[in-house]
Amino acid sequence: MSYARPLFAWPLALRIAALTGVALIAVVAAIRLGAVSLSTSEILDALLGRGDATTITIVRGLRLPRAFQASLVGAALGVSGATFQALLRNPLAEPYTLGVSSGAAAGAVLTVVTGWSARIVWSLPVAAFAGAAISMLLVFRIAYSVGADRHLDTRVLLLAGVVVSAFLIALVWLALTFAESDAVRSAIFWMMGSHSGASWRSVAILLACFAPGFVVLLALARPLNLLSIGEPTAAYLGTSVERTKLLAFGAATLLTATAVSVSGTIGFVGLIVPHTIRLLWGSEHRSLLPCAALGGAAFLAATDTLARSIAGANELPIGIVTALIGVPCFVWLLRQPTVGR
Amino acid sequence: MIGAHWSAADVAYRPLGSSRAIVSDVSLDIARGQFSSLLGPNGAGKTTLIRLLLGTLHPTEGTICFDGRPLTGVTRPELARAVGVVPQDEGEPSFTVREIVAMGRYPHIGPWQRERIEDVAAIERAMHRCDVAQFADRWVTTLSGGEQQRVRLARALAQEPRALVLDEPTSSLDIKHEMTTFEFLARLRGEGVTVLIATHNLNLAARYSDAVVLMERGRVVAQGAPADVITTSTIEAAYDWPVDITTHRGGAPQISPRSRDRRDEAR
Repeated sequence: MSYARPLFAWPLALRIAALTGVALIAVVAAIRLGAVSLSTSEILDALLGRGDATTITIVRGLRLPRAFQASLVGAALGVSGATFQALLRNPLAEPYTLGVSSGAAAGAVLTVVTGWSARIVWSLPVAAFAGAAISMLLVFRIAYSVGADRHLDTRVLLLAGVVVSAFLIALVWLALTFAESDAVRSAIFWMMGSHSGASWRSVAILLACFAPGFVVLLALARPLNLLSIGEPTAAYLGTSVERTKLLAFGAATLLTATAVSVSGTIGFVGLIVPHTIRLLWGSEHRSLLPCAALGGAAFLAATDTLARSIAGANELPIGIVTALIGVPCFVWLLRQPTVGR
Repeated sequence: MIGAHWSAADVAYRPLGSSRAIVSDVSLDIARGQFSSLLGPNGAGKTTLIRLLLGTLHPTEGTICFDGRPLTGVTRPELARAVGVVPQDEGEPSFTVREIVAMGRYPHIGPWQRERIEDVAAIERAMHRCDVAQFADRWVTTLSGGEQQRVRLARALAQEPRALVLDEPTSSLDIKHEMTTFEFLARLRGEGVTVLIATHNLNLAARYSDAVVLMERGRVVAQGAPADVITTSTIEAAYDWPVDITTHRGGAPQISPRSRDRRDEAR
């Protein structure tokens, strides 16, 4: 308790400033490090359009959009994870428990197996987004039809997410069973996540979906506090429970689906990042949501840098790096006797 | 009587797809500024009736009015500014005591608004009145059950409500904490707040209530002043157990259950 106090007592502005600093360091590192390491002055020159053309291309065309995409995907997964955990009152809830990722995987694999992804530009992310949205609608449909009095029963929602997910994954494996080995390889790599396809256009699309989704969730921060305690309590303290749940689920699904469609499925971020913030600073969503966004951005920008620089010329799928690094760190934090209790 | 804060007319509630009504033929008035208790055995429908009065369930028959208006026309934030609720139990995510009590101000604050001076004052006042101010920065999960109960009460007070509804607030408390709660509620009633409490403690309900409502199998079997409702025949019928009724020195009826086991008749 006493050990956690000084850190816990940080006011919101200081928490955000600190995490913004960490995220900025991660983004700068992401631009500097890689197959070719760049100095800060080289980066500044390239940003201003000076220096040699290759460096300008690396900085402006590759590393900057990639760092931004990784940060935005991390922010989206962190925020939507925090939201799902509050809505479902279940610490295991994350963007993927609800079938969003399996839906996206089903859509993506469909385009890979049929060869559309190679022929039609943007067909893979569009199909992944559509798959995520469709599986989410299906899960909601089940939860609403089972819930008493046509209310959204969040326990049923979680269960429906898990079973729909299992069904879709079975479909994915079925499709891959009959696919050619090249298609299998690229499908599996997609499912492990990567930011190698990052471009300014994907960053723009991400930002266009992240900004409104995040604003909606920030506006719902207080109702989310209440819903994380319980739906009756939320109603007694003035929340329109059904409308709030629908709005928050919709916004969080939008964030997840967009993130997954540009980067593939990246596990653990939506679980580890919000829980880490909670252990440090509690569940107050007016602090948790922005901190999870910044923490997720920093975490994914850093792990993406590792993923593409740790194994020489080979790039590791980022999902592997997030799990291999994130899980031990999280377990260490969890074991600190004085944190968050 | 200064008029009814709640009035229910022929209210019934039957869950969707169920043939059995949990609450039926309920007509009652909860008088403004009075201490009312809802009594009855387990499964009598007390919690369901409370949820109907709070608008989180909707009656399948009949109407409920709050402040003279149909409850269906009162919005959730409106009701939350008028009625504080202390639920039976709730989840325990990591919030500090102050954060929990501050939730009582949510109905008064817009989504992008910060706590105003009067909000901060109401939170501080509520924490002091419920004697939880010394815990303000502690995680609520580190407190004992009785302390958490006081935190929830403080949250309801921070709403600055005109009515307070409590569902079995003292079921897990020892004598001291139970008495503290009842005396506290009696003081609030003295300040003009309507108090409605569902409880199994018949003796304290009889002592502190202006009116009691006795429920059995979803119906109201008796309502009125404690001395009129709490009689040997009504209590024995409702609770299906023999009782002796004496009079407390303040005048309220006091119940002591008898033993049904013949060997223990003396107990």
